[in-house]
Amino acid sequence: MNISKSPWLLHYDGSSCNGCDIEVLACTTPVYDVERFGVVNTGNPKHADIFLITGGINSQNREVVKQLYSQMPDPKVVVAVGICACDGGIFKECYNILGGVDTVIPVDIYVPGCAAKPESIIDGVVKAVALLDKKRAAMKAGKTPASQKEE
Amino acid sequence: MGILKIALYLILAPFIGGLLAGIDRKIGARFQGRQGPPLLQPFYDLFKLFEKQSLVVNGVQDFFVGGYFIFVLFTGCLFFIGGDLLLVCFALTLAEVFLMMAACSANSPYSAMGSQRELLQMMAYEPMLLLTAIGFYIATGSFMVEDIARSNVSPIVYLPGMFFGFLYILTIKFRKSPFDISTSHHAHQEMVKGITTELSGNILALVELAVWYEDVLLLGMIGLFIVNMKWWSFLIAAAVCLIAYILETFVDNLFPRVKWDSMLKSTWLVTLVAGGVNLLILTLVR
Repeated sequence: MNISKSPWLLHYDGSSCNGCDIEVLACTTPVYDVERFGVVNTGNPKHADIFLITGGINSQNREVVKQLYSQMPDPKVVVAVGICACDGGIFKECYNILGGVDTVIPVDIYVPGCAAKPESIIDGVVKAVALLDKKRAAMKAGKTPASQKEE
Repeated sequence: MGILKIALYLILAPFIGGLLAGIDRKIGARFQGRQGPPLLQPFYDLFKLFEKQSLVVNGVQDFFVGGYFIFVLFTGCLFFIGGDLLLVCFALTLAEVFLMMAACSANSPYSAMGSQRELLQMMAYEPMLLLTAIGFYIATGSFMVEDIARSNVSPIVYLPGMFFGFLYILTIKFRKSPFDISTSHHAHQEMVKGITTELSGNILALVELAVWYEDVLLLGMIGLFIVNMKWWSFLIAAAVCLIAYILETFVDNLFPRVKWDSMLKSTWLVTLVAGGVNLLILTLVR
C-alpha cells in the first residue's frame, strides 16, 4: 500500500495576490476534481502530507510558515505554487519581501506561473506525491528526515 | 458461538465501516457534480495514517485515545454477542468520554472547543438513546439483545416513534451535516477539525478505525428494531441499515450546519414527542 494514494493538502496563502489561491481551489471543483486521486484539502497541518504555499514570504508570515511546516508530521513535501512562492516574483524588490518560500523552509517542488494553471498545480502535486513515497521509503530505511535535522 | 460472533465483529466491522465511508464520500461527490474518490479511498487514508509519524502532544492523549478505541470495541462485542442493551449504552458513553478527554488534554483552542461541543452533542442524544433501550424493554420484556432479537414480532411494530427518534440522533452520532458541530468529516471545515485537530498519524488512524466500529454498532441497533424469530428478518434488517446509512448521507449533503442550541432543542423535541408519546402509548397498550 502506497502512502501516495491519499495525499492530504495544507494550503497557505503567503503574500500572494490571490490569483494562485483561486487556481488551487479550482483544482477541487468539479472540472478538475483532485479528490479523484484521494487529495483532500485539510486545513490542519497535523493531518497534512503536502504543504502548498502561494505567494512570497514577508517578515510577518515568516514565523507562521515555519510553524506550519514544523507542525506537519513526516514524511512531508513542500510545493511552492506560483512565481511569487518560487522566488518572490513581481514583489521581489519590495521592502518587506524576503523572497520565495525557500528562504525559510526547504521547498521540494516549484510550480511556476502567474497565476499557476490548475493543470500545472496538479502536475506539481503528482510530483510531490511521488516524492512522498520516496521519503517514506527513506524513513523506513532509518534515515532521519531533512526537516528534523535542522532542528 | 459467542467467541465466533466477537471474532466476526472484530474482523468484519472495519471492512463494512470503511466501505460505507467510501460510499458516503462517493455519494457526497456526486451531489457536487464531481466524480469523487475511489470506493476504497477510506482504506487508503487509514493505511497512509498508520504509515505517518505521530506528533504526540502529551503522553495522556495516547492513553485516552487507546481507551476510546478499546471501549468502542468492547461495546460492539457486548452488543453483538447479545448482551445487555443498557450496558451497551453506558459503555458507548464512556468511550465518547475518553475521546473528549483526549481532545481536552491538548492545549489547542480548536480541540478544546471541539470537546465542549461533543459534550453538548452527548447531552442532546443521550436521552433518546436511553429511551430506546427502555422502549425495547417494554416491548419485548428484556434488556438483553439476544432476547430482543428472538421476539415473535419485530420491535419496530411497537416502537415506530422510537425508531424515528433513533434515526434523528443517528445524524449526531455519525457526525453528519446539520449536527456535525464538534468535528466534521468533510475537509476544511468546523474549527479546523474540532476534536481530532491535535491528533495525527497512527493515533488519528486509531480514532478513524474506532469510528468505523462504532458506525457498525449503531447500524446494528437500527437492525435490532427489525429482527425477529424468522431468519429472513435479518436480511430485511441489513437492507434497512443500508437505507438508513444512505439516508444519513443524503441529509448530510442537503442540510446546512445548525448552531448548538437548535440542535439541542430539536433533538429534545423529537425525543419528547416521538420517543415520549411512543413510550406512553406502549405502557398503556402492554
